[in-house]
Amino acid sequence: MPSLPDMTTPNLTALAGQALTESGHVAVPAPDAGQPEFVEFLQRMGDNALILGHRVSEWCGHSPALEEDIALANQALDLIGQCQLWLGLAAEVEGKGRDADALAYLRDAGAFRNLLLVELPNGDFGVTLMRQFLFDAFHIEMLRALKTSSDSRVADIAAKAEKEVAYHLERSADLVIRLGDGTDESRARMQAALTKLWSYTGEMFVDDAVDQAMADAGIAPLPSSLQPAWDKTVAAVLEEATLTAPTGAWQHKGGKKGIHTEHLGYILAEMQFLQRAYPGARW
Amino acid sequence: MYAQMVKSEGSKSREEMTPEELAFQDRIDRGEKIEPKEWMPEGYRKTLIRQIGQHAHSEIVGQLPEGNWITRAPTLERKAILLAKVQDEAGHGLYLYCAAETLGVSRDELLEKLHSGNMKYSSIFNYPTLTWADMGAVGWLVDGAAIMNQVPLQRTSYGPYSRAMIRICKEESFHQRQGYDIMMKMCAGTPEQKAMAQDALNRFWYPSLMMFGPSDKDSVHSAQSMAWKIKMNTNDELRQKFVDQTVPQAEYLGLTIPDPDLKWNEEKGGYDFSEPDWSEFFAVIAGNGPCNAERLGARVKAWEDGAWFRDGLMAHAAKAEDRARAARLAAE
Amino acid sequence: MSSEWPLWEIFIRGQHGLNHRHVGSLHAPDAEMAIRNARDVYTRRNEGVSIWVVKANDITASSPSEKGPLFDPSNSKVYRHPTFFDIPDEVGHM
Repeated sequence: MPSLPDMTTPNLTALAGQALTESGHVAVPAPDAGQPEFVEFLQRMGDNALILGHRVSEWCGHSPALEEDIALANQALDLIGQCQLWLGLAAEVEGKGRDADALAYLRDAGAFRNLLLVELPNGDFGVTLMRQFLFDAFHIEMLRALKTSSDSRVADIAAKAEKEVAYHLERSADLVIRLGDGTDESRARMQAALTKLWSYTGEMFVDDAVDQAMADAGIAPLPSSLQPAWDKTVAAVLEEATLTAPTGAWQHKGGKKGIHTEHLGYILAEMQFLQRAYPGARW
Repeated sequence: MYAQMVKSEGSKSREEMTPEELAFQDRIDRGEKIEPKEWMPEGYRKTLIRQIGQHAHSEIVGQLPEGNWITRAPTLERKAILLAKVQDEAGHGLYLYCAAETLGVSRDELLEKLHSGNMKYSSIFNYPTLTWADMGAVGWLVDGAAIMNQVPLQRTSYGPYSRAMIRICKEESFHQRQGYDIMMKMCAGTPEQKAMAQDALNRFWYPSLMMFGPSDKDSVHSAQSMAWKIKMNTNDELRQKFVDQTVPQAEYLGLTIPDPDLKWNEEKGGYDFSEPDWSEFFAVIAGNGPCNAERLGARVKAWEDGAWFRDGLMAHAAKAEDRARAARLAAE
Repeated sequence: MSSEWPLWEIFIRGQHGLNHRHVGSLHAPDAEMAIRNARDVYTRRNEGVSIWVVKANDITASSPSEKGPLFDPSNSKVYRHPTFFDIPDEVGHM
């Protein structure tokens, strides 16, 4: 049932590889792509999906309603699947014989490139939903832009992920509206979540040298170029939800460069435990 | 194991039955399905509510021991598979609660009874999952035992329960295999991994045998449930079948079943094996298992912490409906 | 106790163009969320499926006591069933 169609095929990675080869594109990176920057960019995409998927999966068995539990698990499964594709490609481009699992399980926190937003603790269900919405609204714009990437492998992954994320956004935006415009308590919780998370949204749109190199190669958009569309989506949803975004809030950043909150270390301690405790074992 | 936890109401001989009860029993004997709102003895209805409800509770409490390892799964693929499996359990709980609801009880009422300790769930989920090999053992043994119970329940007399079981069995087919697959990997792995697999089998073997419930040879309650076809086999039949099926699977893995008295009995065409410690079973049922407090506590917390979310969405739906009505009136 | 999400019956038309079929039920605060929940619970998000949701309370069902009069007559219209007609083997599959 609610499992992804992919789950009937045991090997997701093989499936992903197959999807890529069947897509008809010739898998050739853009000729002038700076390889280290490209790997860095792919890790940013993969790590966002990995860490957010991890956080969402923490709710499994603990959600407020069974229907919600199932929906969230679908979302986490989508994100884990996307992470396998992005990190798989990162490993391939890197060419050092690593694979997606090696990147996920054997890098330390400083080598992770996800946004701070996605590693924040789940908090109450309101924080989880608000974080999801703020990220989905960014994620969808990024994926839409990546569909026209000069690198066909990137474009293919983006096309697959975009369909999934469009649904994530539909869900999270709708729930933010409903809970904002729900009871006094649900409104207060959503407002508190928004206020708490707002300081972690700015990092999504900060351009750095890696982003510039990607944009120059036509591989990925400049993050700053995605902000107007994000602003528009977020403003419309918050208005309907009767919620107010803080103004002039300090914006934290660092995740994209590997300087994280304290929370990421604990995520990795948990996630990487078996791979670290039993080096080289196959599971 | 779901029928095993329930004592059915009343048990009558044909002479004691009213004409309606006789006609009802005849329908069941002919293999007809009983559907919601059709006449049924009160005992049938009550027994089913308890059985389906406890089955549903077992699914959602059963999410927890495996959910315990989702964030620690050793590879991305294992993480996705385990998450999909635990998600299935939520879905199966959902289907079963819906089946129970056709008998005139609401899901919230059933959950309230779970949270207050008035309804039980399968004792197996009160055991801890201590290592990754436990994900293998739970899939292989616990799901294996569950499937043994659920497959015959597809033919149960109550239509909605039967249909839920058909859907569940279809979806569950990969659950036991994924568990065995984990065990195969561990047993073919390092000595430490194999030791972990053996340890998981040692801990889950007897609790898995307990899942079928104590011997019910002389139980009148069991006889009534079987007459109503809401229990399809005796506890002992299913347990024997489970042992016979599992022993060769353990041998293939190179693992030892923790029972020195286990041996093939040519005469009965099955294995002789040691009974689990039933005093432990009753202690766990009574709330003294290693994880009873954690499991129930997690469910209660999820429910209570989620109240504002459920209420908020209901409030919004009411507002939206009011607004739509006002708009319709204004347009007229 | 707070009010419970109502129960919805879910009907899905799959890829094959057959009629919507009852697949099960779920709880949701309103119709729109019932559809979304149905998508997560009862479909694997395949493109092209169509979902109907109906509040369980809004369904009028034939009452069991009418089961005889409602269903027995059609039992006599056996020609509605394909097996009523003997088709010679030489004709092939029909």
